[in-house]
Amino acid sequence: MSYLDFLRLAIPETIVVVAALAVLGVDLVVLRGVETRLRLLIGTMISCVGCLGGVAWLLAFPQTGNFMHGMLVANPLTRIVMIALLLLTIATLLLSLETRFTPHIGEFFALVLLGTVGMLFLVSTEDILMIFVSLELTSLSLYILTAFDKSSVKSSEAALKYFLFGGMAAAFTLFGLSLLYGIAHSTNLGQIAQAIAQKATHASAGAGASHLTLDPVLILAIVLTVAGFGFKLATVPFHLWAPDAYQGAPIPSAALIASGSKLAGFFILAKVMFLGFAGAEGTVAWRAFLPGWVPLLAVIAAASMVLGNLAALVQGSVRRLIAYSAIAHSGYMLIALLSHQVEAMAPLLYYVMTYGLTTLGAFGVVGVVQERAGGDRLADFAGLGRSAPLLSFCMLIFMLSLAGIPPLAGFFGKFYLFSFALSAPGSGLGLLWLVSLAIGMSAVSLYYYLQVLKQIYVVPTAASGTSVKTPVSTQTVLVLLALAVLVLGCVPGLVLIPILSALRL
Amino acid sequence: MDILNYNHSVLSVLIFSPLIAAGIAAFIRNEERLRWWTLIYTTAAAAYSLPLYWHFNLGTADFQFTENAAWIPALHIRYALGLDGISLLLVLLTTLVMPLCVLASWRYIQTRVKEFMICLLIMQTAMIGVFCALDLVLFFCFWEAMLIPMALLIGIWGGPRKIYAALKFFIYTMAGSVFLLVAIIALYLKVGSFSIPDMMKQGPLFSHQFQYWLFLAFFLSFAIKVPMFPFHTWLPAAHVEAPTAGSVLLASILLKMGTYGFLRFSLPMTPWATQHFTPMILALSVAAIIYGGFTALAQTDLKKLVAYSSVAHMGFATLGIFALNEAGLKGALLVMINHGVTTGALFIVVGMIYERLHTRDLSKAAGMGKMMPIFAAFAGMFALSSMAFPGTNSFIGEFLVMAGGFKVSIPMMVCVVPGVVLAAAYMLRMLQRFAYGGVHNPDHSHLQDLGLREIVTLLPLLVFVFWIGLHPAPFTRVMDASVSHLLAEVGPAKGAQVAMTARTAPADLAPALGVRQSSGALETSQPLLYATVPRLQPAQNPGAATR
Repeated sequence: MSYLDFLRLAIPETIVVVAALAVLGVDLVVLRGVETRLRLLIGTMISCVGCLGGVAWLLAFPQTGNFMHGMLVANPLTRIVMIALLLLTIATLLLSLETRFTPHIGEFFALVLLGTVGMLFLVSTEDILMIFVSLELTSLSLYILTAFDKSSVKSSEAALKYFLFGGMAAAFTLFGLSLLYGIAHSTNLGQIAQAIAQKATHASAGAGASHLTLDPVLILAIVLTVAGFGFKLATVPFHLWAPDAYQGAPIPSAALIASGSKLAGFFILAKVMFLGFAGAEGTVAWRAFLPGWVPLLAVIAAASMVLGNLAALVQGSVRRLIAYSAIAHSGYMLIALLSHQVEAMAPLLYYVMTYGLTTLGAFGVVGVVQERAGGDRLADFAGLGRSAPLLSFCMLIFMLSLAGIPPLAGFFGKFYLFSFALSAPGSGLGLLWLVSLAIGMSAVSLYYYLQVLKQIYVVPTAASGTSVKTPVSTQTVLVLLALAVLVLGCVPGLVLIPILSALRL
Repeated sequence: MDILNYNHSVLSVLIFSPLIAAGIAAFIRNEERLRWWTLIYTTAAAAYSLPLYWHFNLGTADFQFTENAAWIPALHIRYALGLDGISLLLVLLTTLVMPLCVLASWRYIQTRVKEFMICLLIMQTAMIGVFCALDLVLFFCFWEAMLIPMALLIGIWGGPRKIYAALKFFIYTMAGSVFLLVAIIALYLKVGSFSIPDMMKQGPLFSHQFQYWLFLAFFLSFAIKVPMFPFHTWLPAAHVEAPTAGSVLLASILLKMGTYGFLRFSLPMTPWATQHFTPMILALSVAAIIYGGFTALAQTDLKKLVAYSSVAHMGFATLGIFALNEAGLKGALLVMINHGVTTGALFIVVGMIYERLHTRDLSKAAGMGKMMPIFAAFAGMFALSSMAFPGTNSFIGEFLVMAGGFKVSIPMMVCVVPGVVLAAAYMLRMLQRFAYGGVHNPDHSHLQDLGLREIVTLLPLLVFVFWIGLHPAPFTRVMDASVSHLLAEVGPAKGAQVAMTARTAPADLAPALGVRQSSGALETSQPLLYATVPRLQPAQNPGAATR
């Protein structure tokens, strides 16, 4: 295993980094003083070409390999997730084509791409040190992207909150990971799992085989790691930054936080939990609780679903509404992890990917409306059904998919996830209480999604005649996203079959 | 395989052609052309669906016109469609009511005509899909897909409190769907596939505890849809605010989905629990009949009056279903069809009043009949049908239901009898007021009688009122095999009772009503080979069901 192998495995990331540098360089050197629209167009083109290059490389030269004991891992599953991440980034980039919030165009695109690189590395590693480094690369890019609208106080406030909470969460994560290193004397997830399993057998040899007792240090490590990732994924009680960031950040930044970073975050959380903490699961089945990370995640999931959905009910700002619904969706997604087996990746990834597409689209629509009406209040959406039928129809699909109405992707995602959680071998119907809560809560969620649609379709316009035309590029991206949500809902096999076959390898 | 063969593609065509029609409608700009296009399409679809009746094989309880293809292999979800004697008439009712809905909203809907027609067409897809789906996930997709266009129909084109009504409708039905979804997942975990025929086969083998919970989940979901007595409050609100076409669809088709759910899922899949819960559901049905009757009697809003009469009529339907004998089940199916015809017509009648007077208040409408004799004649006949006057369709249905009910419990039926009287009371009160009362109402001198379009809207329904009323055999005939099979599955213990029903029915009426005399004994003598009897094999094409 030489460094040449490393380079070969890391070519997609390298392509994106090169694109990031290129867009920065071109913008600084060539495009000084050129019209903003042109700079945006060229920046978007270069970034998209970089991402497409990454996708093309991943599709054309599928690699499998493991560099330096899990420092960099490439397998079919990571390939799928990386392709999805790059596609989500491309959609985000295209959505920022018509934005006017910043003159620093090169820096903006470079940061988006660097954040994506962080996510790509995050996905393709099984080493806690590497996980932390790439997590920080992503987070730091996203902090800056959140603050990028310098004319908006809200943007700065959101970034500050995001940064302060994020910094603390990073400290927690690092502390948790260092404890793990202390337990296992290794940074590799697999070796950590072995060490944990050894300790567990030692402990249970004394206490009786059925009764799993956990090392207090291990418990602390679990809690701290989960807290760190819980922050990234905006789960209760680490969610406080999310509504402000979603509301204050420029639209493309918020969309990236809500889609790409969520996909990467959930994938790595699942990996850490399934690989690293194997043997310390515990169980959450009704009346049969055992300590471990599963009960911890179950509590977080339940709290996220309940609080996210209930808080979303009273929001007047659509972006905050989407933020609270994102918290609730994080809760649903955590349920997939509770079955603690690798097969759970299939429902989880399907859910997160389609959720990413949907929420990206929703942010796109909100962006257009904000441009048009000057705000993202619910009332600003009034009469959109008349003035922009196509845009409204896209929003209809996104909202109903988030609510889980068939035949859209959101329905099948929930359906698959819930039935998987119930059918997971060993758990019996033990997760029924949590799944019932989730289904009930998703019925509650329908109310606030309908509030948005009610404004769009039923409430008449407040007579403000300022009609801003939807930019063609944004419209195209939104229609494609809506189409993807519809098609993936009707034919889930398009995504599921590759994931399942990747899991079987 | 053979797309061109009518029997192998008709259901898919019926389900998905409305979507294509809606897609075309999206590009028509002229409102008048839009109306004509929707009318022509729905009429063509109705015509295309009619051969279903003649091609339907009366001799078997198997699903017919089946289509079966893999949809989501990872979860064993299939695209499976089929019809049996229970769903055939409901599909035909749906296709036949649709053109009438378009006609009824010809002048009523003046704003956003395009969106309205598209909503109607999407509704048609979902409604036919619900009755044809033989895969639970497919069923659930159509079931849920219906909510959005229906809520939009109420929420956009409705009356003054439309948003309240639309939300109430949506939240109620969504709450019901939640239980349905839990039941579907639980069934999948138990059976290992989503195939409805598989589940019907395995239903009797489920443990009692599983059946108990499954039944409750199904019951809550379907009872909200029917709506049964304590869950009915969304119905008057939705009906009052909905536009005419929305009310007609709601009354004629959507309410039937609840009772269809009982027949398709609850009875065959949870036979033990069905028997266990029967007394409670019968009590709720009786309560619905009495309560609906009394409440209708007190209404001054015409639409509310008809809405509460719906509650009472659907009480008859559930009563017949849970009487669990042949007369009851057939009566219930007939009541479902009749209610679709009669109440749909009544809502159209109320819509015509509203178009002329811009009010639905009973006292303001008084004396319209004097100026509008044709209208009064139509309204009178539909009102008579609604109160089950002999010679009209409802009489046959309610008679059968009551015949079935008397086999179960005479005291219960003694409680039901006042409900029948109440129906006469509220319908005659309505008729007397707006058709014949208040001759000296000066406001009505300008009223125009029904035009050709309106007569064409009502006439087909009137034909069915008397056709079913005077010669019901063509309608009951198609149910025979399926109903007998259903009864055999629900409770072999009830077989003796069914035979008794047939024997003691009035000898001269029984053939006319299509009650098969020996079916109970015949069905129960079969060995109970649920797990091995192939159900999905259509008679016409044995290869279609091979997986």
